[in-house]
This record gives sequence, C-alpha cells and structure tokens, in this order.
Amino acid sequence: MTIPREHYRQAVFPTPFHTRTAAANTLNVWHRWRDYTVADAYFDVSLEYTALRNACTVFDLSPMTKHLITGPDALAFMNRLVTRDVAKLKPGRVGYTVWCDDAGQVVDDGTIFHLRDGVYRLCSQERQLDWLHASALGFDAAIQEETHDVAALALQGPTSCAVLKRLGLAGIETLTPFGIRSFAFEGGELTVSRTGFTGDLGYELWIDPELGIALWDRLFDVGAPVGIKPMGTHALEMSRIEAGFIQAGVDFLPADRAVRAGRTRSPFELDLAWLVDFGKPHFTGRRALLAEQARGSRHRLVRLDVEGNKPAKDAYLYDRRRRNVGVVTSAMWSPAAKANIALASVEMPHGAPGGELWAEIYYQKELKWSRFMARCTVVEGPFYSPARRRATPAADF
Amino acid sequence: MTEGADRIVIVGGGHNGLVCAAYLARAGRKVLVLEAADQVGGAAVTREFAPGFRVSSVAHLLHALDPRIERELRLAQHGLAYARRELLTVALGESAPLVLDGANVLAGDVSSADRAGLVDYVRRQRRFAALLAKQHGFGAGFSVLRLFGRSAKNRNTESPLPWLARFALDVRLLGRADMRELLRVGTMNLYDLLEDRFDSAQLKGALALDGVLGARLGPRSGQTFFTSLQRAGARGLPRGGMGAVTGALAVAARAAGAEIRVASPVASFMLDGERVTGVVLQSGEQIAAATVVSNVDPQTTFLGLLGARHLDAEFARRVAHIRSTGCAAKLHLALSGPPDFRGVPAELLGERLVIAPDLGYIEAAFNPAKYREYSSQPVLEITVPSMHDPGLAPPGQHVLSAIVQYAPRDLAVGWAAGRAPFLEATLGVLARHAPALRSQIVAAELLTPLDIENDYRIHGGHWHHGELALDQYMMLRPVPGAAYYRAPVPGLYLCGAGSHPGGGVIGAAGRNAARVVLARSRA
Repeated sequence: MTIPREHYRQAVFPTPFHTRTAAANTLNVWHRWRDYTVADAYFDVSLEYTALRNACTVFDLSPMTKHLITGPDALAFMNRLVTRDVAKLKPGRVGYTVWCDDAGQVVDDGTIFHLRDGVYRLCSQERQLDWLHASALGFDAAIQEETHDVAALALQGPTSCAVLKRLGLAGIETLTPFGIRSFAFEGGELTVSRTGFTGDLGYELWIDPELGIALWDRLFDVGAPVGIKPMGTHALEMSRIEAGFIQAGVDFLPADRAVRAGRTRSPFELDLAWLVDFGKPHFTGRRALLAEQARGSRHRLVRLDVEGNKPAKDAYLYDRRRRNVGVVTSAMWSPAAKANIALASVEMPHGAPGGELWAEIYYQKELKWSRFMARCTVVEGPFYSPARRRATPAADF
Repeated sequence: MTEGADRIVIVGGGHNGLVCAAYLARAGRKVLVLEAADQVGGAAVTREFAPGFRVSSVAHLLHALDPRIERELRLAQHGLAYARRELLTVALGESAPLVLDGANVLAGDVSSADRAGLVDYVRRQRRFAALLAKQHGFGAGFSVLRLFGRSAKNRNTESPLPWLARFALDVRLLGRADMRELLRVGTMNLYDLLEDRFDSAQLKGALALDGVLGARLGPRSGQTFFTSLQRAGARGLPRGGMGAVTGALAVAARAAGAEIRVASPVASFMLDGERVTGVVLQSGEQIAAATVVSNVDPQTTFLGLLGARHLDAEFARRVAHIRSTGCAAKLHLALSGPPDFRGVPAELLGERLVIAPDLGYIEAAFNPAKYREYSSQPVLEITVPSMHDPGLAPPGQHVLSAIVQYAPRDLAVGWAAGRAPFLEATLGVLARHAPALRSQIVAAELLTPLDIENDYRIHGGHWHHGELALDQYMMLRPVPGAAYYRAPVPGLYLCGAGSHPGGGVIGAAGRNAARVVLARSRA
C-alpha cells in the first residue's frame, strides 16, 4: 500500500490492520501516531498489560518510521550516521542505536535491521528522511522511506513463541534475541525479528501490507488457546518503562527539535555510553562526544525506585539540601516489579548508583490535592527483565 | 622526529596560499606549497592565450591588496610594480562617455547636484570600506580580545563576541551621522539607494556595477551596497598583469625559505584517525605534514579533498550549501590594433571601461541568471592593459580583457551549447560601442564559470570561493564551524578566499591563516 500523495485531502490514515483493530477496539479510543490512527487501548489497559506479561499481545506497529538503506556505501553511510559500529552487525541481526547531531546530542534512537548483506532497515520514532539525506552527502547510498510499504505487528509476551510455532514457523524457537528470520506466508514473505519494546520474550512481524489482514486473522486464530489479545499504546507505555527503555520526546528531546540551549542530551547523558564506539571510523558527533568524555557530562539518566505507591509523574527531584537537581521523565507503579518506578534526568554529579534523591509528588484524591516528598533510590539495570526475554530456545509457557 | 613532523603543506599556490607560505616561512617554519597548475598564482595569473598575447586570466584589476602584506613582504623589492596605480572609470553609453575619477566627474552630462552627491556618496563609501578593511584581521592575531574569546566555555567554538564588539565600536566611532547612514544602507540594495540619490542614468549604472561584479546579484538584490564596498578602493594595474603580484609573492615566499612545487595536484588528504597528517598527490606520492593549510575553496577542500564522511553531517551540509555559483565570465581578445570605442579618446582607452548604461539594463541582464540562462545583453568591465603594458602583446597590437555578466555556472542548456551564442551576444554588445572591433580580432577566448571551475579548480567557478555577502562573512565565512581559518578536523587550516575577508586579491585570509597556524602550533 502506498499513501496517496494528496496528503492535504487526508492527513491521517488507517493502518493496514485498521478493519481488525477497529473491530477489536471496544473502547473506541484512538490517537494519532505520525500518519496513522492507532488504538490507545482495546478493552482495558490493565488487562491488556496483564495479557502481555502472562500470555501474549499483538500491537500494531505499522506507523513506526522505516527507511531502507542500500547501495555500495550503505555500511559506510550507516557507520557515519550512528554511534555504534555497524560493521559488527552481521546480516540477519538487529542492533539498537542512537544517532547524534554535530554537537553530539541525540537526534533519535532506533533499531538497525541488517536484512541482507549491505541492506539495512532503520526503524525510528521520529521522521528522519531529511537527516538521512543530509547524512548521505558524499556516500553512494540510496535511502528509501518505506514506512507505508511495510506493515508490522509486535507479538510480545511469554506465549508469543508458542503462537508463532502454531502459525507454522518451523524452528522459530531457535531464533536468538535480535535475530531476523524470514518465512513463506500466504504466497508472500513474513519477516520475523526477535525484538520489541516490552522487555519480554517477543517478536516483531514485518509483512507486505496486502497480507496484513491475513496475518492478523491467522495470529488470533492460532493464538486464542494461548491467550492472545490486542494491546494498545497505554499498556505498551507501561511495559517499556518497566523495561527501562527511553522514548524520544518523552525521556529526551530529539536534538533537531530543540530550540533552547541545554534541552538536549548526549548518549552519555542517557546512560547509553555502551552504544558509543570511538574505535570505528568517523561518525557525526564524534568530536563533540570525545570532548564531552574528557570534560564530563552535564546530565545523567537514572532509574529510580520511588518510596510509596504514588507515581512520581513529572516530579521535580531534589538533593538532600532541597536543591532542585532534576526531573522525572517517565513514572508508574510497576505491577511486574511491584515497585514505584521512574526514569529521570538529573544534573551531574547527582544520581550515582545507590544514591538517594527526593521526588516532590503531587497527587489528588477526590479533587483534593496533596504533596509529599518521596525518597528515591537510584537503581541500575531494567526494573523488570524476566529470564525468558533472552532464553534460547524460547519456551512455550 | 618522523618525516614531515615539522612540515607545513599549503595546498594551492594562489595569492592567499603564497601569502600564507611567506609569513610562515618568515617565522622559521618549513613550508611546502603544492600548486596543481604549471605556474603559481591561482586565479591571479598572467597567461598567454594566443601566440604573443598575454592577459591577466581571471582577476584583471588589483583593488584591495592588503597594504600590510605589500609592505611586510617587501613585494616591491620582489618585483611588484604598477603599470597604473589608479584607473579612471569610463562609462560607455549611447551618448558621450562619462569619465569618473573616484568622486569626481571628469567628463559627461551630469548635473551639479549629481556631482555633489557623488562626492558625498564616494566619501561615505570609502569610509565604510575602510571600516570593513579594519575587520580584515577578524578572528586572527593575538589581541586582548582574543583572550576574552578563549575564555568561552567550549574551546571548540571560539566566541565571535569580542570581535563583534570591536566592530560595533568601530561603527560607533564613525560618528552619529555616518553610523546612522551605515545602519540605514548597510544591507540595502543599490537600485533603491542610487535611484534615491542620483539623476544620471549613466552614473547610476556605473556605480551599480561595482555592487554586482562577480556576484550572482542584480542591482535590486539585497546587500548590493555592502558588496559594492569590496570595490571601493583604487583599481591598480600591475605591470605584467596579475601574475606579477603572485610572482612577487612567490619570490618573497621562496626568499623566506618556502619550497614551491608546481604541477603537483593534490588528490586527497591523508588522515590518521581524525587528524589530517599530510596529502596524497594525484601522482600517488604521499607527503606527510604536521599541518595542512588549504588555499583551495572550502567546498573542494571539505567535500573533495577531505571527504564528507570524515565530517559531521550538519557541517558537511552547510559546506555543500555555501552559495558559490559563479556568474561572471571572462573574455580575452587579441586585437590587431587599438580598439576604437565610440567617443572614447585614445588617451582614455587604457582606463577601466564599463558597459552598464543604466540600472534597468543591469537588472535586465541579471534576470535570466535567476533561471539559469545567460544575459543576451551582458554588462561588461573592460580593460585594455596593453595600453600601459606593451609587453603583453606584439608591437602595435593589443589585448582586451573583460569581465562579462551574467553567465551562470549552472547554465540550463549547458556551456557546450551556450558558449558560442553567449560569446556572440558579448561581441554584439561590444560592437555597438566599438563597431570596428570584430574586424580587429586575431583571437578570442571566453572563460565561462565552468572553465574557471575546471581550469582554476574553483568549485562553482566563483572567484570569491563563495558569494561575499553578509550571511557568508566574518564568523559565518565560509561556514560556522570552519571560521577562524580552522577546519573542524585537527591538522587542517583554511587560507583561501572562502575564509574571511574573502577574495578579490586582498591576501588578508592568507596572512590571518598564517597567524592562526603560528599561534596554535608553536615550533
């Protein structure tokens, strides 16, 4: 399917799965994600979340921005674009990465799919065509915007592998995390990657939009006995915070959207130093990041275990002397971790692992507002990371 | 010490490269200049274009050579002499020519009000031009201001504020009346300004030409008053052509100990990680260097010799977007005798002749350039240097050198198809003022901006290595991140016209670059 060019006649479109998602959306709540309408929730956010963590769910991922990068310089182009060494990403593998502007500030994060030798798909939250074209100067690489040409579903949760086996994808349980494999499906090709945004065992399914409905129907057909449910963006948001994943526009401001100084963040300031490889050839932002490494960063992203059960949403963070040192960017009560969790950006040198901060939390009961200072402990690693997330072969549960 | 560890390689032996080489060598540095052509000089050379006929090939008048360079490098001792220090301007038209000597009208049908207005206009123009000339050292040198600039938190982005503060102070020191006038007209277009001040169409045309020569601008384009300031100085004619200037610079550089190699085109820079460590010649020869200084235009330097992949994406995009589309062609005619321009007495033939009869004519000539077409009625700046310098042509014969506009580098039909009709259009305009000229032509050569790009290795064929406008000036020249003569890549510096204060055979960019290199790499 290709979006008609008359975008001024209609700006927002149904996804290739819309007839099915609309039928499943008993709450009829929707929001706009780029060029498409997607469901916030289908029947109950808590139950959708529970289905994700205990059975499996299907999330319509089609609006995700996707670019196909090909040509003799595809690898060189990708390596100059992103901070990590793409040369180490073998065909059939996926890598999470960020890319920066000249000042070493994160433009966006996303995943690189090394589909075939020298052919890459870049998936991102934000639109990137202009940035990719700017970055392509001097490279023999072709960039194709393929957001509308690839339909995608995220099948996530403990029984997701069982569903795919029932779908007839032989040997799918041997696919390792961040692996890609393709299968024949209804006369077309179904590409499966063991990736996701939930921190759980799960897969992302990529297919020709024409075959989208058939895939949806078959999934729910074979998945019914193992509890498959549709899931909206609200439940996804819960799972990604539990997994400790950051989101563009929420936990950091894409550098190309920032107007004011000091609002952007470097990879170091987002706890993503592991994605920065100074040993590879030049990449955009390298000199600035080297300078930052020598000088020290201004901010740090921390994961907080917050006292009490009131979500610390948008809370200011204070040090012991009641000086404001940061702000919470994402927060929730985590059912899986049984903890009140938060992602936050704090000024250096605050927020060292094991350190203590105070969150100023406002909450309301029956229109009466209250405020209290909650003690926060800086913790390391994701809040929730079940062993099944990485186990290969994946179990059926 | 490894080989080349103390060597400075200068890529390109144009006037700025030679100036830079001379200053560095005088400071005791080991300097090697690599020039691609068979002779040094870049776009300031004297070249034989027909048997026995020599001409200043691209630049043909000397406007603004920094007097400090002439003095400090003792160019007179090294062979620079002038055939004429200051040329008059003879504006050709349908009626009798208008003859200008700076602020004075020597001949022509001009009212007394216009004459008085011209005195005032030229006085202010020269004051403002002097103000700009004071900023030639912008970003280089060792002033106290520079120390303030360094205190900026991020050492990679030197603050322009101290320099701008000094600029602002200089503007204030113009006095109330002239400061107000500068602020009023500084970014104005010449069309409105001249219409406002003068009656004589011929005078307005002649004055407007100075704002558009070499630029992709018409009189109605913004900033043309600013661009006219670049040409407010005296117009000199070096003896032996522009090659005499660069020849003297080469002698000065060699005398100071610099080595100059011609016919040594550089193919690329060598890199060790992020650092430029030398150059690779097209012959394959590798030359190691502690420092590489590029006299080549910024777009060729960064996107060609270095390669975009060694740069950050935003920086590379800025470089790619430098406005550098040349619009000026160069016409050389070998003539069997002195040309006969209608109404121009023989004693004025050696002056600067301009064909820009009125503002509308120039604007109409510019219009096609917007649509990548050449002017069918071009404007011209003409010199007949052999009138002063008989050595340029066989006895009794002459050379004519003219800048012809507008001839966009990116001509829609391509210059293979456009060359002949554009030459014909140019000769047609010339013939209207010199009816016998065609019969005198022994040989003709037209250098389109494409030829200038190819033969003189200037991206876009723009003789300033990028439009000289306020958005490409001072800390914005050539682009943010490469101002102050430093590339974002360690080991690489810029000394060409693409850097402040630009082209036009000033030499200040070369001098400033040498000072920056010396300050940042103590021997």
